[in-house]
Amino acid sequence: MKLQIDPERCQGHGRCYDLAPGLFGEDDEGYGKVLGDGLVPPGQEHDARLAASNCPERAISALES
Amino acid sequence: MTVDDRFSQDFRETRGDEPLGTRNEIITGPVSDWATDFSHLEPQWSADPYPIQDDLRRRCPIAHTGRFGGGWLPTRYEDVAAIAYDTERFSSRSIIMSNFRPPHEIAPVGGSPPISSDPPFHHDARKLLLPAFTKSAVARQEPATRAFCHALIDTFDGHDVVDAAGDYAQHIPMRVIADMLGFPPEDGPRFREFVENTLEGVNLPPDERIERMSRLFDYLLGQIRDHVDHPRDDLTTFLIDAELYGRRLEPDHVAGTMALLLIAGIDTTWSAIGASLWHLAKNPEDRRRLVAERALLPTAMEEFLRAYAPVTMARLVKQDMRWNGVDMNADDWILLSFPAANRDPAVFDRADEVVIDRQVNRHAAFGLGIHRCVGSHLARMELRVALEAWLERIPDFTLDDPAAVTWSAGQIRGPRTLPLRIR
Repeated sequence: MKLQIDPERCQGHGRCYDLAPGLFGEDDEGYGKVLGDGLVPPGQEHDARLAASNCPERAISALES
Repeated sequence: MTVDDRFSQDFRETRGDEPLGTRNEIITGPVSDWATDFSHLEPQWSADPYPIQDDLRRRCPIAHTGRFGGGWLPTRYEDVAAIAYDTERFSSRSIIMSNFRPPHEIAPVGGSPPISSDPPFHHDARKLLLPAFTKSAVARQEPATRAFCHALIDTFDGHDVVDAAGDYAQHIPMRVIADMLGFPPEDGPRFREFVENTLEGVNLPPDERIERMSRLFDYLLGQIRDHVDHPRDDLTTFLIDAELYGRRLEPDHVAGTMALLLIAGIDTTWSAIGASLWHLAKNPEDRRRLVAERALLPTAMEEFLRAYAPVTMARLVKQDMRWNGVDMNADDWILLSFPAANRDPAVFDRADEVVIDRQVNRHAAFGLGIHRCVGSHLARMELRVALEAWLERIPDFTLDDPAAVTWSAGQIRGPRTLPLRIR
């Protein structure tokens, strides 16, 4: 699974880094960023889906690879 | 180094030749039909707006009123989101639905940037504030916030019944934002007056409303002048020193942003803490579960924010247009109800129930789009710490007298009297 944040949609609600701090972080202005290369390590798929499904702006895509 | 004389004269006195806004007749009293005559200032709305919103969502779904000079109330999530995203056709020139529309020339800055600003200025004014309000920046306030919550609970010793709104919830955001702005902590009671005047004084006669609002700006000007003379590490000095487009901010931008941080920083979080405690006092099964499963609190908190979202915003229609089946006129208000959006069954399962372990919760309590609440990370920290401290110290509590609970009127809704029996 690969994670992406659409920077045009992200408004910095921070739900992703609240819910999945191992997969997302904040930048200096509070906008979300995907940590590392965005590939979800085995066992963290639930966190990835939880973060994507709670983004109020629908800015996160979790693509099954 | 040049002397900063931006604030030596009262910035309001230099505005004599600027255009005036428009006022309309003030209409108060019982609502005849919520679909055609709504008012969020009437007691029936304050007491319980949800059945009204649910009814409108089924039969309208965009209600109208002739009050406030004309306005619309969308109640579906889809419509609320569309308006929040559409800054081309809906302006934030004023975000408090009242009987006064500020002049068009005040856009794109507005009276309290960036909440009152439109693109492209909005982006730059907001960018100034964002670093101070990230999750990691506001985490620095957490130890002091927790200690303050415990100090408030210490004062309950010997009392069987306390007012959780007046003796607890309101003080927490007041103290936190006063610390961040560098205002004296003992000025808290004055902040309450400023909040009530701004948000609940909407239907006062114009002269009285102007006089009351000027008290807020008198206070802010005093604080600004003190910070110009004695700079310190706080948001007031930050705003005084901040630059935009290579020059320091206009004096009314500094004061307007401080007004925003003070007002929006207090009543919203006060309401969220109070509404959460009100729910837990009435629902012992939820209260017991949260005491037993402390890790569930962040999830439950999001559900309280969804179901009891304190904040409704407003917009002004830019031009006459047909929009989703209704004929909107230029300068009509939009009452942008995030609480109504959050209870739309088209988006949320069991929308009218409070489900404290709701896993998927895309609520809009902090808004949607470019005006997402700048203080949302601060508000979440305060709400979490306030509930954690309360549940740790007072795991067992009930509503002492349901009839004694009162709620604020207007766009920010939360308990203002909340008597809880704590032993």
